[in-house]
Amino acid sequence: MSQTSRASGHDSAPSHKPGKRPRLESARPEERKPRENWARRSEADHFADTVKLFRQGRYDADSFRRFRLQHGAYGTRMTGDYAMVRIKIPAGVAYPHQLEAISRLSEQFSIGSAHISTRENVQLHWVVLEDVSEIFRGLSRVGLTSREACGNTVRNVMCSPLAGVCPSEPFDSTPYAIAVARFFLRNPLCQNLPRKFKFNFTCCEEHGMARMVDVGLIPQTRTVPDAEGGGQREQRGFNVFLGGGLGNRSFVGHQLEEFTPEDDLLYTSIATIRIFDRLGDRKNLARNRMRYLVDEMGWEKFQSLILMERSIVRATQSVVTRLKPDFTPLEIRRPLRISDESGSAAAQDGYSRWLATNTIRQKQDSYHTVFVTLEAGDITAGQLNSLADMVRRYSCEGVARIGFVQNVALRFVHSDDLAPLYAGLLGAGLAKSGALTMAAPIGCSGTTSCNLALTNSHRLAKEIQRKFLELGLDKDPDLADSTIKISGCPNSCGQHGIATIGFFGGGARVGKDMYANYQMLLGGRSDGLTMLGQTCTRVPAKRVIPVILKIIEMFRANRRPGDTLKSWIHRVVSDAEDSGVSSIKDVKAELQPLLAPPTKDDDPDFYLDYGSDTSYHTKTGKGECAA
Amino acid sequence: MSGDVAGADPAPAVTTDVDALRGEIRDRSVVAIDARRPEDYKRSRIPTAVNLPLADLLSDDGPDRVAKIAGSLGIGDETRVVVYDDSFGALASRIAWTLEYIGHADVTLLGATYAQWRSMELETDDATAPLPSVTPREHSSNPNPGILATHEYLEKAVADRDNVVLVDNRERLNFLEQHIPGAISLPYRTLAGPDSILRGREDMRRLLANRGIGEGSEVITYCGSVGTLSGLAYYAMKSAGLPNTRLYVRSFKEWKGLQKPTASQADANYWDLSAE
Repeated sequence: MSQTSRASGHDSAPSHKPGKRPRLESARPEERKPRENWARRSEADHFADTVKLFRQGRYDADSFRRFRLQHGAYGTRMTGDYAMVRIKIPAGVAYPHQLEAISRLSEQFSIGSAHISTRENVQLHWVVLEDVSEIFRGLSRVGLTSREACGNTVRNVMCSPLAGVCPSEPFDSTPYAIAVARFFLRNPLCQNLPRKFKFNFTCCEEHGMARMVDVGLIPQTRTVPDAEGGGQREQRGFNVFLGGGLGNRSFVGHQLEEFTPEDDLLYTSIATIRIFDRLGDRKNLARNRMRYLVDEMGWEKFQSLILMERSIVRATQSVVTRLKPDFTPLEIRRPLRISDESGSAAAQDGYSRWLATNTIRQKQDSYHTVFVTLEAGDITAGQLNSLADMVRRYSCEGVARIGFVQNVALRFVHSDDLAPLYAGLLGAGLAKSGALTMAAPIGCSGTTSCNLALTNSHRLAKEIQRKFLELGLDKDPDLADSTIKISGCPNSCGQHGIATIGFFGGGARVGKDMYANYQMLLGGRSDGLTMLGQTCTRVPAKRVIPVILKIIEMFRANRRPGDTLKSWIHRVVSDAEDSGVSSIKDVKAELQPLLAPPTKDDDPDFYLDYGSDTSYHTKTGKGECAA
Repeated sequence: MSGDVAGADPAPAVTTDVDALRGEIRDRSVVAIDARRPEDYKRSRIPTAVNLPLADLLSDDGPDRVAKIAGSLGIGDETRVVVYDDSFGALASRIAWTLEYIGHADVTLLGATYAQWRSMELETDDATAPLPSVTPREHSSNPNPGILATHEYLEKAVADRDNVVLVDNRERLNFLEQHIPGAISLPYRTLAGPDSILRGREDMRRLLANRGIGEGSEVITYCGSVGTLSGLAYYAMKSAGLPNTRLYVRSFKEWKGLQKPTASQADANYWDLSAE
């Protein structure tokens, strides 16, 4: 268009000469580059084309479902038109610009919020199936993928958010977790396993779930003779647990051997996957996780098969088939502070409460890990951007670490930066206290999006959190090491089996009227004394909060000096308690008055699930966990 | 001069990029309209820009009044107009569409929002600078019904023709809760590029093609109430070379008010996934 012949109604000419225009990004501090590119751009186009073929009827539904899941797009409750895209964050390491990309994608293609899972994935829900490829495209620009986040493959490789900073760890397992993720992603070896397969690297006994996954690994070291020097050297390795897992039936994993040297990590992993691939049940989808194979075969037999297979793998793998952990540490770099920002923040109400319940002292002097509390893992697009900003400003390693309990950690926060970080989080609505306490319950997505869900477990977790914070229960150190975990069905996405107080959803009825009803389990734990929670009683959804409060009351009335709720419940479920409440049966009896359903006329709200204003019915679609 | 990759393509550009606008301002060959609230405009604006707060326009957007307003802002029938805002381009779109509706041909959107303009540290006038003086002009009123969808038009089009795509530009959760039956969900945020109010042309075409919108489609866009978010979508369609696009300007508010049928996504508590 010509610029010469246009009339203008203006009398005043602009007083400025256009100057040199800086790029939009110029105001940002120097960005750290991710070490790994998990993405493959061509998968976006391939996915888009395949969706078109499927819609045209040229791709059958079962094949398409497998294809979709392999690429990390899960089905959505009661509809084939939407998907959930599960973005893997291998080892939980997320760079700030990756968080910003996820923020943008959530606004463009999802609901303007993202959901952080218990498996270090970030999920975008209610995505139009035809838009899924656009998300892949956006992820590929920042090196992320959802490939093999669902389906019968090696899922996201998890690593403790404290790996590298935990005072109890012998060494940082993060580089190993990333190397394992890199080795198995798109590896033909694991594209069509009998069922999904999960790795979990921890830092120590306390901070992980080594016994509740297919392969759980706790770093350890031992002293061995040094072949060359004739002296002694320290050897790195892992304590490996196999065949654990949560689900419709949960099992605690078995220790493979005393010590698995780091050189055997890959061989052990390959051997385990090969045995599972060969012998795992491909017919009975409800019972085909590796833990069932271990259970049916018996541990000793399974163990010797693995050890035998490992010697074959060791002998036959090419020398170039090796794990290649990158041990270069992330540079710890404290951004320059232009002015002292710490002033008033420390005086804020709530700061000391937050400090006590959301931060951990690292093994590195003067540094802390800060956990950001979310509500059942949900975070808005705006909050993701704020989080990215705060990672840049206050995490001296410059990355966020996704945690195991629907949360995010910022590590290497200098003591002097805690107060300004708190102020920043407060401004973003991310400064809720209680992250490391019982006041941060886990809730799976439930009826908000999942085909299998029977109850709105997601909202229930949020309701419990709000009540706990309102009552200040996060401040009680005797409750801090207890957990509340909720699933919306008997499958264990909410990990109810390893909660101090766990719940899974179902329905119950009075006459023709139905209501949401949870099975409550007590005493589950995932630490060195890992055990599954024991069934206590059924609790109507609208009675869950009073029931939890009543259990706390029982604990306070019957505790011994030095007890926490967790240790007290542990004694109760182990029949080792001698107070007035000494067994699960006693707990159930005490709770009985709270559990009787009122009539619909007396209390119509009782018959509505959380987040719903219409009558409760159990409705489910086809699950895809086993697809 | 254009923010779009126009080249030899016959489809007219719908956006003007910031450098082109700066040149045109320097040459006094354009009227820039600032669609933000008066207080924001007075505080800081693109030099020479006149203010037309969307709320003023919407108080009566009949063609004769709009023509009068345009004239009073120094806009004649042939004047080149560029509109900007700080709301994703949605307010600017509604103003641009309204000018188009009264027959004004040469109107485009600034490719960036005012916040992006500022973040690029481009020249602005602040509260101390005098407001631009304007020489009023005559503007005619020749309504162009071909870009407007009334609810009657919408119902008939959907019933009569297979190529009509009804596009809902509200956020996904609002769509899931309730929408016009048969509509597809394309939230307004989807339309933006990384640093611009609209994606690049090829990017937009691919996105729309994935959703079944292409050359042969007739598109009707709507949003919550006054046609702002869907106004932006109207220009998104045009930017992708889909001229057969109309704006259902009274949108879902009117539709509900008329108690027309609606559809919703049942049996799921999706609102509880939002962290808002």
